[in-house]
Amino acid sequence: MRLVTPQRIAAAIAILVLATLPAWVTDTYYINITSQILLFAVFALALNVLVGYGGLVSLGHAGLFAIAGYTAALLMEAGHGHLLSDVAGLVAVVIASAVFGVLALRATGIGFLMITLALGQIVWGLAYRWAGLTHGDNGVNVSGRPTVFGLGLTGATSFYFATLVVFVITVAAMALFVRSPFGASLRGTRDQPRRMSALGYNVWLIRFVAFLFSGFWTGVAGLLFIYYNQFISPQVAALTSSAEALLMVISGGSATLLGPIVGAAIVVIMKNVVSAYVERWNMALGIIFVLIITFMPEGLVPGSVRLWKLAWQGMRKQPAASGTLKEQQS
Amino acid sequence: MNALAQDTAAGAAPPPALAVRGLTKSFGGLRVTKGVDLAVAPGERRLIIGPNGAGKTTLFNLITGEIAPDDGAIVFQGTDITRLPCRRRVHLGLARTYQIITLFARDTILRNVTLALLGLSHLRWNPFIDLDHQHHLTEAARAALARVGLDHICDRPLAQTSYGERRRVEIAMALAQNPKVLLLDEPFAGLSVDERRDVRNLLTAIPRDVTIVMIEHDMDVALEFAERITLLHFGEVIVEGSRAEVVADPRTREVYLGH
Amino acid sequence: MSQWLTLAVNSISYGGLLFLLSAGFSLIFGLMRIPNLMHGSFFLLGAYFGVTFLAQGMNFWLAALLSAAAMAVIGAIIERFLLRRLAGQELAQVLLTLGLSFVVADACLMIWTGDPWQPETPHAFQGALQVEGLFFPIFRLVIVLVAVAIAIALWLLVDWTRLGAMIRAGVDDAPMARVVGIKVSQLFTLIFALGAGLAAFAGVIGSPVLSVYPGLDNEMLPVALIVVILGGTGSLLGALVGSFIIGFLYNFGQAWFPDLAYVILFLPMVVVLVLRPQGLFGKVVP
Repeated sequence: MRLVTPQRIAAAIAILVLATLPAWVTDTYYINITSQILLFAVFALALNVLVGYGGLVSLGHAGLFAIAGYTAALLMEAGHGHLLSDVAGLVAVVIASAVFGVLALRATGIGFLMITLALGQIVWGLAYRWAGLTHGDNGVNVSGRPTVFGLGLTGATSFYFATLVVFVITVAAMALFVRSPFGASLRGTRDQPRRMSALGYNVWLIRFVAFLFSGFWTGVAGLLFIYYNQFISPQVAALTSSAEALLMVISGGSATLLGPIVGAAIVVIMKNVVSAYVERWNMALGIIFVLIITFMPEGLVPGSVRLWKLAWQGMRKQPAASGTLKEQQS
Repeated sequence: MNALAQDTAAGAAPPPALAVRGLTKSFGGLRVTKGVDLAVAPGERRLIIGPNGAGKTTLFNLITGEIAPDDGAIVFQGTDITRLPCRRRVHLGLARTYQIITLFARDTILRNVTLALLGLSHLRWNPFIDLDHQHHLTEAARAALARVGLDHICDRPLAQTSYGERRRVEIAMALAQNPKVLLLDEPFAGLSVDERRDVRNLLTAIPRDVTIVMIEHDMDVALEFAERITLLHFGEVIVEGSRAEVVADPRTREVYLGH
Repeated sequence: MSQWLTLAVNSISYGGLLFLLSAGFSLIFGLMRIPNLMHGSFFLLGAYFGVTFLAQGMNFWLAALLSAAAMAVIGAIIERFLLRRLAGQELAQVLLTLGLSFVVADACLMIWTGDPWQPETPHAFQGALQVEGLFFPIFRLVIVLVAVAIAIALWLLVDWTRLGAMIRAGVDDAPMARVVGIKVSQLFTLIFALGAGLAAFAGVIGSPVLSVYPGLDNEMLPVALIVVILGGTGSLLGALVGSFIIGFLYNFGQAWFPDLAYVILFLPMVVVLVLRPQGLFGKVVP
């Protein structure tokens, strides 16, 4: 097992670049954009656990994102400290994920999609209508950011570093998960659920635990979000938000760890930068969705790799690998 | 007490490795399995034959628990497993291969067999360690692949293997689970003459502590292999007996030729 | 008492509107096996078309029919040139309709701005019927009559015509229908167009009551989804029964539990999907 692989070098470079970003990007606007990208990358990675590795497409994850955010924000508004509120937010999202999972895993495929859509809408409806609890459309303000190890996070740069740390931890957790036996089990249930059952795996339970894992990290992203934004409103739980998260996963590519990160970058950059020039962000989002699903359904990262390989093979005139010599002779 | 005395004391033959009693299954209005009785002795080589649509694969699906019967019982090594969920049965020693290749196309063949082994291990729930570093699993997978003659291409993606190689991967996966009862669903389907010979040699080499039940259409190879044969037609057992008995039975001809 | 009656009348007329919206959705889901996530967009865009036609002084019913026709054409184009490219990949098709719904929503915002439009109730049907001291708004009753008329027409189409037989065959088993010689791909285009047209028609008819505003699509789609899940995908009877049940749940729920309005609607849907996925009368399990 080589210690130094191209992937590890690339990852090291990426971390170096990200860690030193504030040194060579001085405009806080761009630092903030990068913070956004990182926190939404956590969201996208979390969603991808189900979509990419579990084969279960959810249109309700914004509901989970919002549950974590609202729980923490409302507790902070009531005067509780950051630590308590954040932990409560994570506990709440894991419980909600369990509920979502039990209900949605009665089905797979489109049935799963519709149940998660409905559940996300219920959360949105509660956030929007139960004004007594959530202040409805007025949203909930979040005052201040926590102090971690004596460092206040109110500044853009310090918040960026905190987000970067959480992001790196998330990526590490995801990398562990992907290479682990449990990760392999989950992918197995994606590809051949019936066979997995016959091989001794508890397919439902695997998916359920994956749902909890996905929900937990979605909650982490939700907490980062309320600190970044200092505000949360029902829009966060809306169907368009779930669709945006799904777009991040799909546009980057759901089969890899890099895909959702790239996808988050694409969506956040388009949303922030493009919307300075183009008034109608939703339309752009929709068009990108349509184009990717129609022409590059596997996502930009694998799609680009595929096109690159095709071009490379075309140049070297390499035939595709075939079976044993014996097969070729018979 | 010696073995003979033990047997005499027990007063009976050892219980069947696999038995099925009155197994019935309908899909909508269609009765696919009608009161099937089956008893396979330990170490036996049983062949199940019958025209297409006879319900052979359905019978396997019922035995493994992938579908639930409407009526009847399934007894494995003396234990009633009718209500036991599918995922538990392999832990008791029941393994199968599939008629239609249902392997993990996105993985290497080593990973395919490793997954089969992982299903029996508590490690399958572990989200921290690296699966590729679990050498006891990967080495056992390699050994299983060596038994079917594929260990030289362990790391080849399944998508780049031939049909014959995939059939052998299926068998490797089933053998890797050290089953007591092995269900083979058309293991020779679609193979070339050479490949059939290889697979037949492979199967003949399986020791007698494994009971084998095979569904097959290819009569030449299967008949050679079988000790007892069960003939199914429209979900019912029509003829059952030793190879010679079934081959000679006029009902066999009737089922296949219609007269 | 009169509040009950008003709520009841509103429920029935809302139910009628929902039927027009959901019938198409149900047929699309039953035949093409996809929940059309742009169905609300058809409703919204159709309503906006109606608003524009009415602003030109067109007759109300003509505007509704023209809008329906225009939307049917748009629906046919979308099915033929976009959805059909993804034939067999239902999940991708669903996501495609989702993406298109965003495009339509923003396009409407661009063209018709964010202000709500509320066309006038057609002159002939303004006012209310007075019976025993109770007032029944005439237009709402007209909506119900129109919905029932179209329900009958659809029923005749599906149960009594050859085309209807083909549709039913496609809903039961599309691949088999193909084998038997039914041009299922063309049926897909037809049903998608029909669904779009019905939704647009509903949008125009409903506009004097609901008005037309950004976000209307996101309000109507989930309700159609609930109706069809409850009543059963692929079943017109289910769409009819489901529409009126939901019409009542929605109106009475809004009045009595405004905080939990969405929960009251979506909870039955979740319950049905979990316990009896084919709904009350459905043939297709999502």
